[in-house]
Amino acid sequence: MSLLLANVRPYGGELTDFVVDDGVIAKIGAAGRVDELLDAQGAVLLPGLVDLHTHLREPGREDAETVATGSAAAALGGYTAVFAMPNTDPAADSAGVVEQVHRLGQASGLVDVQPIGAVTVGRAGQQLAELGAMADSAARVRVFSDDGACVSDPALMRRALEYVKAFGGVIAQHAEDPRLTVGAQMNEGNVSGRLGLAGWPAVAEESIIARDVLLAAHVGSRLHVCHVSTAGSVELIRWAKSKGWAITAEVTPHHLLLTDECADGYDPVFKVNPPLRTQTDVDALRAGLADGTIDCVATDHAPHAVEDKETEWGAALPGMLGLQTALSIVIETMLVPGRLDWRGVAERMSVAPARIGGLAGHGRELEVGAPANLVLVDPDSRWTVSPAGLASRSRNTPFAGRSLPGRVVATLLRGRITARGGAVVGDAALEGAESDAAVSA
Amino acid sequence: MIKHLLSAADLERAAAISILDTAEQLDRALAGREVKKLPPLRGRTVVNLFYEDSTRTRTSFELAAKRLSADVVNFSAKGSSVSKGESLKDTALTLEAMDADAVVVRHSYSGAAHRLSEWVRGSVINAGDGTHEHPTQALLDAFTMRRRLRDGVGDLAGLHVAIVGDVLHSRVARSNVLLLATLGASVVLVAPPTLLPVGVESWPVDVSYDPDAALPGCDVVMMLRVQRERMGASFFPSAREYSRRYGLDQTRMSRLPDHAIVMHPGPMNRGMEIAAEVADDPKRSTIVEQVTNGVSVRMAVLYLMLGGAAGVDSGESE
Repeated sequence: MSLLLANVRPYGGELTDFVVDDGVIAKIGAAGRVDELLDAQGAVLLPGLVDLHTHLREPGREDAETVATGSAAAALGGYTAVFAMPNTDPAADSAGVVEQVHRLGQASGLVDVQPIGAVTVGRAGQQLAELGAMADSAARVRVFSDDGACVSDPALMRRALEYVKAFGGVIAQHAEDPRLTVGAQMNEGNVSGRLGLAGWPAVAEESIIARDVLLAAHVGSRLHVCHVSTAGSVELIRWAKSKGWAITAEVTPHHLLLTDECADGYDPVFKVNPPLRTQTDVDALRAGLADGTIDCVATDHAPHAVEDKETEWGAALPGMLGLQTALSIVIETMLVPGRLDWRGVAERMSVAPARIGGLAGHGRELEVGAPANLVLVDPDSRWTVSPAGLASRSRNTPFAGRSLPGRVVATLLRGRITARGGAVVGDAALEGAESDAAVSA
Repeated sequence: MIKHLLSAADLERAAAISILDTAEQLDRALAGREVKKLPPLRGRTVVNLFYEDSTRTRTSFELAAKRLSADVVNFSAKGSSVSKGESLKDTALTLEAMDADAVVVRHSYSGAAHRLSEWVRGSVINAGDGTHEHPTQALLDAFTMRRRLRDGVGDLAGLHVAIVGDVLHSRVARSNVLLLATLGASVVLVAPPTLLPVGVESWPVDVSYDPDAALPGCDVVMMLRVQRERMGASFFPSAREYSRRYGLDQTRMSRLPDHAIVMHPGPMNRGMEIAAEVADDPKRSTIVEQVTNGVSVRMAVLYLMLGGAAGVDSGESE
């Protein structure tokens, strides 16, 4: 079945038409006869977004999110692929669990769900998980992480970095020295001192990154640094890249926008790990993302049930929703101020994460023959975030009530529309699930 | 008057002085009376919600409320649904259903009082939240200083106050720093660098690592409790070393000006941060007085926040 995407602006450029047929981009420019028409009315066309860092909570916390609801949020947010973090219950540390997550993703069919495998058994940091078995499984795992926990043992980290070379894997490190963050609740600084909340110092992230880039260089391995949050980390990564070492890094949308001042009212919706930092850090992260020191934006979408957030700050679980707001926040913090153009947005939110994670079908140039994993964005329309309007099973967005630029007009996975006009298309159970795209002027 | 008392920063200068003045009035109104009770909060309900054991603070609030004729309900963590894992939010909804006029809350988590204030209609009074604040302690400390050193009137302008000890984990220190700044006193924090928060340079205080340099010029020395468990996390090497470097003993006390007073919010570790003979010094130590003043100050807070009728004096005539 052929589909005409009429009046699109690829990478924000000149108006043209795209014909999608048989799951690929079949033609660019004047179309012939087609089965279906989608008039994009000048929307920007990008390769479908790829998230290297998503928590889908299944198996174990299906009350907070499932692969299906998380996939719906992803499709509505413009994503065509997400990498599912392994901190589930049980942890995704074996071929069995990663295959289960992979299968659930295929059943949902809204995005490609690519499981990330745990580095260590039970993510306990003691013993390597069967990384090869996960790589060889039907889920074809290539990214490994103990995310939520740091692989803090330097000898174990070294072995993990070395071992995954055999199958082209990469270790994605959650950089947090556990001894420096015992009981930590928020960024250590003026605000934590005033609020009496135990501090999570920047050095706990930076010291691990410094160690890991040296380890990766020593053994000639790739290293990916998750959710970089401090100015010092950006400097370290810039230095490591200047040496020619194979280091990549991601930043979350919330670290590009919010600061530790948000903790002021003790509302745990702003509690996240790594914590929100200072404006100096935010500025450095934006600059790092602009100049390519930070390769990509990853959401760290972390749904939590109401009872885990409507509580005391110290008792709340860390994490924020991100899939449906990420693109808007990148538009606001990077595109509107001119730090990135649409090409740059595509590079940081699709091309780079697909390359780092080894997903050949995603993040491709918009050209004839490429898989039709696409997103159409109306950059001029604003919307107001309403937690109840999000497709996620959880409500913990830190952006509630905030007006953001950029709405997803439609998302296509291999030529099939998965979300359109703020509603999911194609999954019977979720069909009609509303997004939060309540249009405001 | 303010709706909630969550932080000493909620009090502007006029409000803080009004609380201290009201406490003086209430104190005088009750002085020498056999029946220590005034009627202004008759029919009002005050709930003491204590998630941490604190006999001193809880009984102080209870006595304050009862002396104003309020009905007092004590919720403590032990032996209630709280210990069965009920969330703070559910407890708040329960209190809401009971229509409490004020909730006095003590909790081990910083910010718990802030959270609670979003979930109940009544006034919330923070009686200590984690390592954040304890504003009524700061008020009773200011009341004590004012009585001893300023004849019980006005503010504390020109007063030099040293706060000595575990500032990092102290809610008493945070509230005192804020309130003392509001009332015009100058504060020096004296502690080993490990027990000062990162960012302390943004506070309205001076900082010293050396009590022998800092104390001799002070009118008030406030010693903070230091928990022995802190040694385990390497905040200091041993109780003996802490005591020697930062404890207040006879020798250090003798270098204070004649009029200087020694305070401690309790409970004390005698022999650790404060020597027994210093704690019991009849001239300088205000430790017992602080407890007495605590009741008067908490009466004033409850009275003003619950909008106690037409003034203190109207109570006496009934």
